[in-house]
Amino acid sequence: MSAAVTHPTAMTPESDNFLTNSRGFLSWALTLDHKRIGLMYLVGVLSAFGLAGILALILRAELMTPTQMFLSNQQYNQVFTLHGAIMVFLFIIPSVPAALGNFLVPIMLGAKDVAFPRLNLCSFYLWLVGAVFFLTAMLATGLDTGWTFYAPYSTTTQGPVVAATLGVFILGFSSIFTGLNFIVTINTMRPPGMTWFKMPLFLWATYATSIIQVLATPVLGITVLLLAAERVLHIGIFDPQYNGDPVTYQHFFWFYSHPAVYIMILPGMGIISELMSVHSHKSIFGYRFIAYSSIAIALFGFLVWGHHMFTAGMANVTTIIFSALTFSVSIPSAIKVFNWLATMYQGTVKLNTVMLYALAFLFLFTIGGLTGLWLGALSTDRPLHDTYFVVAHFHYVMVGGTLVGFLGGIFHWWPKMTGRMFNELWGKISCAIVFVGFNLTFLPQFILGSRGMPRRYARYVPEFQELHQLSSIGAFILGFGLFVALGVLLHSLFRGRRAPMNPWGGATLEWQCASPPPYYNFKHPPRVNEPYDYTGLRYRDAEHGWEYVHPESDKVSAPEATPETKPASN
Amino acid sequence: MMTMFRNSMDALLADQNATFFFPPRASTFAEETDVFFMYIFWISAFFFVLIVAGMIYFVVKFRERPGYQGDSRPLHNNALEITWTVIPTLIVIWIFARGVYGFIDMETPPADTIDINVTARKWDWSFQYPNGAIADTLHVPINQNIRLLMRSEDVIHAFYVPAFRAKKDVVPGRVTALWFRPILEGEYDLFCAEYCGDQHSEMIKRRGVVVHDQAGYEAWLAEAAKPPEHPVAHGYWLFSRLGCKSCHSLEPGKKIVGPSLAGTFGQTLRTADGQSVVFDENYVRESILEPQKKAREGFQNASQMPSFQGKLNNQELDAITAFLKALTENPALGDAVKDGDFSVDEQKALGYYTESEQESGGEPAGEDAAAAAQSPDPGRPAGEGVGTTQAESDS
Repeated sequence: MSAAVTHPTAMTPESDNFLTNSRGFLSWALTLDHKRIGLMYLVGVLSAFGLAGILALILRAELMTPTQMFLSNQQYNQVFTLHGAIMVFLFIIPSVPAALGNFLVPIMLGAKDVAFPRLNLCSFYLWLVGAVFFLTAMLATGLDTGWTFYAPYSTTTQGPVVAATLGVFILGFSSIFTGLNFIVTINTMRPPGMTWFKMPLFLWATYATSIIQVLATPVLGITVLLLAAERVLHIGIFDPQYNGDPVTYQHFFWFYSHPAVYIMILPGMGIISELMSVHSHKSIFGYRFIAYSSIAIALFGFLVWGHHMFTAGMANVTTIIFSALTFSVSIPSAIKVFNWLATMYQGTVKLNTVMLYALAFLFLFTIGGLTGLWLGALSTDRPLHDTYFVVAHFHYVMVGGTLVGFLGGIFHWWPKMTGRMFNELWGKISCAIVFVGFNLTFLPQFILGSRGMPRRYARYVPEFQELHQLSSIGAFILGFGLFVALGVLLHSLFRGRRAPMNPWGGATLEWQCASPPPYYNFKHPPRVNEPYDYTGLRYRDAEHGWEYVHPESDKVSAPEATPETKPASN
Repeated sequence: MMTMFRNSMDALLADQNATFFFPPRASTFAEETDVFFMYIFWISAFFFVLIVAGMIYFVVKFRERPGYQGDSRPLHNNALEITWTVIPTLIVIWIFARGVYGFIDMETPPADTIDINVTARKWDWSFQYPNGAIADTLHVPINQNIRLLMRSEDVIHAFYVPAFRAKKDVVPGRVTALWFRPILEGEYDLFCAEYCGDQHSEMIKRRGVVVHDQAGYEAWLAEAAKPPEHPVAHGYWLFSRLGCKSCHSLEPGKKIVGPSLAGTFGQTLRTADGQSVVFDENYVRESILEPQKKAREGFQNASQMPSFQGKLNNQELDAITAFLKALTENPALGDAVKDGDFSVDEQKALGYYTESEQESGGEPAGEDAAAAAQSPDPGRPAGEGVGTTQAESDS
């Protein structure tokens, strides 16, 4: 074999490994390393997810019977508020961008770190402070407004509304700082040769997400401040008692919270673009369509908030316009699904854990997307609005989409993050259990909704009991599957085989970096190629990983003959 | 699990008007939304099967296996990409348009509606009918256009009758309107669909919506508008019906807008201009007919209260006086009226029981007592009780 097969960073000295290069609590607490911050975020958001997931199981257990089992009406309301608020603000919004994004964005750019490492650490601590504040407030006295804080209920109810909204305010800044950091990083730190259209699609998705985070989150800040002011000072904006209008609150709230839905799902879509291509060993189909559709979703996402208010008594013309805009955002999502599907065509599909999660995403997200058609259409939305149909719809998108995508991403980049391979068989089993449990939980809820079961009900009429019981059984299966997935990952830390540099045969830059990466990421600036060009990669049994065999000839056969003549900012 | 599913199927088929997806079709909207629902269902099913079948086919055909060599080079096909952009676009334009068509029907009430005023509050509904009858259940005649004019007294609620496929938020500070045309006689559930606090799920009115034939509706309406005969019961009936209770609490010291009326009768009060006045028969009469004349201290804003001059006759004024007097004599009456749970003492105060009947074996007798026995919920005016009884005995 020629010397070219041995990559200079294939073997990382233990002292350079970002996990072990410095030790002690302070080396983590004060780190500026994007990878360590990413891992701390990962632990943080997964803890939040675990807590909110247990709350979900408590709710599902209570719903086994139409009458009270162990939660009073008030307790039920507090638990569903906690479940929703923790899932949205502490888990799903920061999940992919803050945890995986922090780890991956600089490495995918061949950079040492994000543009503003201190701001990055600050963002993590804001998340932590916001989380502690938010949780203490909610647990201390029992917030019962739902995560949406609708006025005038939120301005009149007992409970820590002001403290909780301040927590949301702090968390908002964390989100804004992360978005700002990524925008600057992606704009200014792309290596020579990486034009916009040679960027991995995960970075396109992260960029689109960051735009929303920076532009929409301030509106959430304004909204919660106005809400606190209404509650404390009675300024008369949301509460009709002081000549305010509750529908105004909904406009403010959803102006942020609908784009926030795309903060949640776009990064998941970015992950799937990477996963489908790498594990099909096939260049992504329609790169530009996927890239543009991320931006299109981010922009259209700002214009559709009114579909949360179809029954709130908006003017008819407004309602019709919002319906039209809502459908416009469905097209870019459909394009992505078709592109992911076509990516497998003539590829070499490896049915490993990661690919199974990606395929599960495709299946579940398709259901989530298609069921949006009923809710976007004004006449069918009328009976379905605020029922379990909506609950099922957004769980298919948020859990079936984002969470399953996030899990796929964790499994995909786990060897890179930890340097350990996980057990494939148990990984696949976890995916199968999650898939079955998820569908059993949420498919019956569509039917509950179309039969008229309203959401946020602690009690219900007995006709709905069987479907509720199916759903509850599914929820426990889902919870068990997630527990298995956690076990697989934790097991790998202690018993896992050492991961090679490139276990899956990825062509993006993070796979040219050691596993786990050294704290400086790359000793030499990595060679930038097409992100989905796998032509030079060969599997090597000795390393259980992929390497470029003939990099020189590969370079010549690359489609872009003269990348250097193009400016980096295409 | 399958048994459970089959049981739920059986439960469904038991009601011949309900289908796998839908509750009974009891209004004209149901036809349109259900048919449209199924169109979208089949469109979605087509694309879903296409995507999943494609996925399975590709996974099987292009799976990694010995002797198979895939091609990793990029593919591009503009025609294909334009096709799968344009076709879904055309389909969603059609879905949008058909949705708007149904929506415009839902938002355009015909000219000849029966208007019913709806008040939502934590955690109850109140319906006021064209003849003045007030009830906590909704009664409508079949094949007539009904329009609900809805207000909330506190937070946002949403009126939702799945069988009518009708839903609208009830937003405080404004009136929202909802119309529908019932086409199937029966009793249907009414839900609150917007989270409104502690007892949100207690705002289920089980079979609280009754679609009558025309004669049945008129009979119910006439009965519901008929006042109870005993003066105290009549007084409370008027007190609820005239909207008094939305401003005057019956709990001691609780100020809503006007003063609480609990325990006030017979007391000497101070007026806003510093005089003292006895809360007696004359003061009650005067305050109802000319509310601004002797406004109480701390309630100078009595201009909010409308005058009832010419709206109430002497008998009705006497009934309200009798009710307020009974409220002072028996303070528990205020609580009883609020929670709807009457003890024998409270029923006595309201006139449902009399001493002689108690002595003659406790069996209720006489007209009022008969009404009380018939009504499962004496907290409601007797007229309403008849309707509720009917609804429950039918179920």
